[in-house]
Amino acid sequence: MKNFLARYWRILRRPPVHLSFGLIIVASFAAGIIFWGGFNTAMELTNTEPFCIGCHEMRDNVYVELQDTIHFTNRSGVRAKCSDCHVPHDWTDKIARKMQASKEVWGKIFGSINTREKFLDKRLELASREWERMKANNSLECRNCHGYEYMDFTRQSKRAADAHSTYLARGTHTCIDCHKGIAHQLPNMAGVPMWSPKSEEAPALQ
Amino acid sequence: MNKACLRIVLLACGLLATAAAAQQSGLVDAMRGRTPLAEETRPPVLPNVENKDLRRERAYTMQPPTIPHKIDGYQLDKNANRCLFCHNRDRIPETQAIPLSVTHYMDRDGNVRAAISPRRYFCTQCHVTQTETKPLVDNTFQDVDAVLKRTGGAQTKAERTPAR
Repeated sequence: MKNFLARYWRILRRPPVHLSFGLIIVASFAAGIIFWGGFNTAMELTNTEPFCIGCHEMRDNVYVELQDTIHFTNRSGVRAKCSDCHVPHDWTDKIARKMQASKEVWGKIFGSINTREKFLDKRLELASREWERMKANNSLECRNCHGYEYMDFTRQSKRAADAHSTYLARGTHTCIDCHKGIAHQLPNMAGVPMWSPKSEEAPALQ
Repeated sequence: MNKACLRIVLLACGLLATAAAAQQSGLVDAMRGRTPLAEETRPPVLPNVENKDLRRERAYTMQPPTIPHKIDGYQLDKNANRCLFCHNRDRIPETQAIPLSVTHYMDRDGNVRAAISPRRYFCTQCHVTQTETKPLVDNTFQDVDAVLKRTGGAQTKAERTPAR
């Protein structure tokens, strides 16, 4: 093993005998472009909707629920696809999210949500993770489209204008604090702040 | 044989005449209009939900107030109650929404509970939105005040009887 490594180390250390310096530079440059472009293209492929709903877990649960909401069907026909809300748009953050997403591959392999029942049981955990992520980045994925600076309060309903001009303007709240469950159905919200009574005593409904 | 035939023809004629008479006398399905049964009606355009946030008058004392805003996509099931997100007792300071009346915290024995009574949980059973459209049928409902004014019934019977 040691000999094997040493042999290749010697090859790598030796200056090229037949290739010109220029060729090596040009070839490295071209290879760099191909690698970098290929890498990003492949990563963008994992951001497409067909990729996301390639698994039945997404296609039969969250994607179905999305289709009734304003983010899928609306008067102007502008819609959000999965990655618009669930993947950061900036490259570094995107890479970080994609690395976290390897856990989802694990979940897929071991079938952690491969039935509707399993999915519903796990939904609060999955949703909480997304809520925390969006809370931490100040609802960045919402703001990629919905800019506070461009909101016309006179075009909003009174309730919306009141909330946006106070809590959102002051920064005490961020989008996800109030707008949970707008694209998918909510899990049992007992125990979730703002959704359940402070006494933690939810109505006795089963 | 001939008799039976004649009977069927007569019956058919009678049915047709009745149907024609019914149509002439204005017995038309209010929802279908004059569209023949074999054809589909053209559904009216969906009206918009009134979203002005202005509270409306109640037609009678016990009428559940109507919802003065849109509730599109509001989740209201055993997992989450989007209405209570704003209208629950402890959310009022933040949202300035109208709080639930105390009756909604009472169970059927009249005990006031900490949380909303399960029988009151599904808000849209009683509270509904209103749309910007004309009523489908005429309505001759009169407010109780109008009735009292007309009949002079605001007084009790004793008051109405002239004093001796």
